Amino acid sequence: MEALVASAIGVLTAGGVYMILRMRAFPVIIGVSLLSYAVNVFLFSTGRLAVNAPPILQKYADVPYSDPLPQALVLTAIVISFGMTAVLVMIALGAYLEADHDRINIREGEDDGDLPSDEKGQDA
Amino acid sequence: MNHWIIAPVVLPALLAPLLAFVMRHDIVLARVASMTGAVLLAGIAIGLAMLEAGGGTQVYFLGDWPAPFGIVLVLDRLSAVMLLLTALLSLVVLWHAIATGWDNRGRHFHALFQFQLMGINGAFLTGDAFNLFVFFEVLLIASYGLMIHSGGRARMRAGLQYVVMNLAGSTLFLFALGTLYATTGTLNIADLAVTVREMSPDDVALVRVAAVLLLVVFAIKAALFPVQFWLPGTYANAPAPVAALFAIMTKVGAYSIIRIYTIVFGPDVTATQGVVTDWVMPAAVITVIAGAFGVLGAKKLMPMLAFSVVGSMGTLMIAVAAFTPYAMSTALYYLLHSTFSAAALFLLADLVVAQRGNDTLTAQPPVAQNGLLAALFFAAAIGMTGMPPLSGFLGKLMVMDGVRDQSWMALAWAVILLGSLVTIVGFARAGSVIFWKSTAQTVSEDALPSKATPLQLVPTMLALGLLAALSLFAGPVAGYLEETATQLFDASEYINAVLTPTMEGLK
Repeated sequence: MEALVASAIGVLTAGGVYMILRMRAFPVIIGVSLLSYAVNVFLFSTGRLAVNAPPILQKYADVPYSDPLPQALVLTAIVISFGMTAVLVMIALGAYLEADHDRINIREGEDDGDLPSDEKGQDA
Repeated sequence: MNHWIIAPVVLPALLAPLLAFVMRHDIVLARVASMTGAVLLAGIAIGLAMLEAGGGTQVYFLGDWPAPFGIVLVLDRLSAVMLLLTALLSLVVLWHAIATGWDNRGRHFHALFQFQLMGINGAFLTGDAFNLFVFFEVLLIASYGLMIHSGGRARMRAGLQYVVMNLAGSTLFLFALGTLYATTGTLNIADLAVTVREMSPDDVALVRVAAVLLLVVFAIKAALFPVQFWLPGTYANAPAPVAALFAIMTKVGAYSIIRIYTIVFGPDVTATQGVVTDWVMPAAVITVIAGAFGVLGAKKLMPMLAFSVVGSMGTLMIAVAAFTPYAMSTALYYLLHSTFSAAALFLLADLVVAQRGNDTLTAQPPVAQNGLLAALFFAAAIGMTGMPPLSGFLGKLMVMDGVRDQSWMALAWAVILLGSLVTIVGFARAGSVIFWKSTAQTVSEDALPSKATPLQLVPTMLALGLLAALSLFAGPVAGYLEETATQLFDASEYINAVLTPTMEGLK
């Protein structure tokens, strides 16, 4: 199970980093989401991986239990990353509507006026 | 338990929703409420700073849960200084935003402003590494809104870059915290400090990884090379009052480095020996160079000011990299100075841009109040570049004195001095192009834009006045900061204040 979780985190992170380095807003948003999934799984695993172990101490029997704190941290992280992704989508949408394209790089002198129309949307 | 400790977080947290939901249609009411909040916050911050002048670390246990099981806020001298700095800066910036009407060019300026203050104050007060992350997110999400306040194409696109950069940084922060929790089993700063010091040498590899990851995260916030590149675009495109407020945001990164690497990974911790000096020193040196060349090469006023902020962060971090109590106190003095001088420059630039119409560094017809604005620019530039009589000179002198005993002292001195020289050249060029070359241009009287009212000028002068005060009262301020640094490097005081009540409760 450790190998599965570890490789899942690795694949998600690699995918996220690759997507975040793209030049368009949409892949970058996907990349940020992938990264936040990766970090959520990672945080969850910091309390050690255990199957069938509720995060509750049992006073009367010696049953296995798991660390509840990472689960609380993950919940917080999920809420925050969800909100942040929403904000990111709204800002990306705003930038797209303002600029008519979703390229993420800003070129020198571009903010002084419109690009010639044939330059728009060439590099994907 | 002193309940005032939590007031700097609770006050803006209560005010912001009121501003957003109740006063959203009434800008006058919102201004009055926001200003009242800022004044109250300044009062509380002054009170807390005076409380801390007596010495001793004060802890606030939320819900009276003992640490490390509950959440704590910790007020020590460093927190008190940073709170006071934030409160004063926010007063100046808020005044400027109201007087120039920036707050009315988009929605929810005041609500976002208060949320931003809540996040910053929380980050300065928290005694828990995960809550540091949460407060970072609070201040970031408010800053996203402020960054794109009043919209516009360039601003939206620069805002998008800023958000993506910080989301990646937040993810890295979580990875670092996860690694730290997995190895130590705690995220309370005091408890972390104890655990890290008790670790056997075989288990320290992962702690070191976490320490370096955290350093990268804070370096992103503090705009250290090689992760400084988000800053110029962000600051140059943000609304000017917001850029002035952001002067404190880089300091949040610097604060986090100072806090975590003195209390948790202090000089006596073998696991992370030398992390700060080895990594921060070269990064800071290159940051100074990058900032200086940026100032020299900028074609517009706002990017030039943003690069000067990068340079000043480099100077600040050189002092931090020395990692001795005295050098830390000089870093803190320079931190106070660079916050106010950056704010003064951005506020002044806003007045110049408002009269000029743009911020391109080319000869254009003179602004309406050429003489006055030129004088103010001269004063602010003196402050930022570090010439006497303002506090920049004393600050740089102290930083250089602070790193005197280091093996890399020659490099640091050379970089600081040459960086200052290049920055002076850049500022001299900008000032002469904007204010002197313009007088050669003929301009019809009716084409002159409206003058800045005294109310609009006061915040800039206030920021400059604070620089002068920092210079006049350098002795007492440096004394307070030296005690602050001593307190920081004596981690046992912090640890005892947070954890001793728990130990006593268990007996």
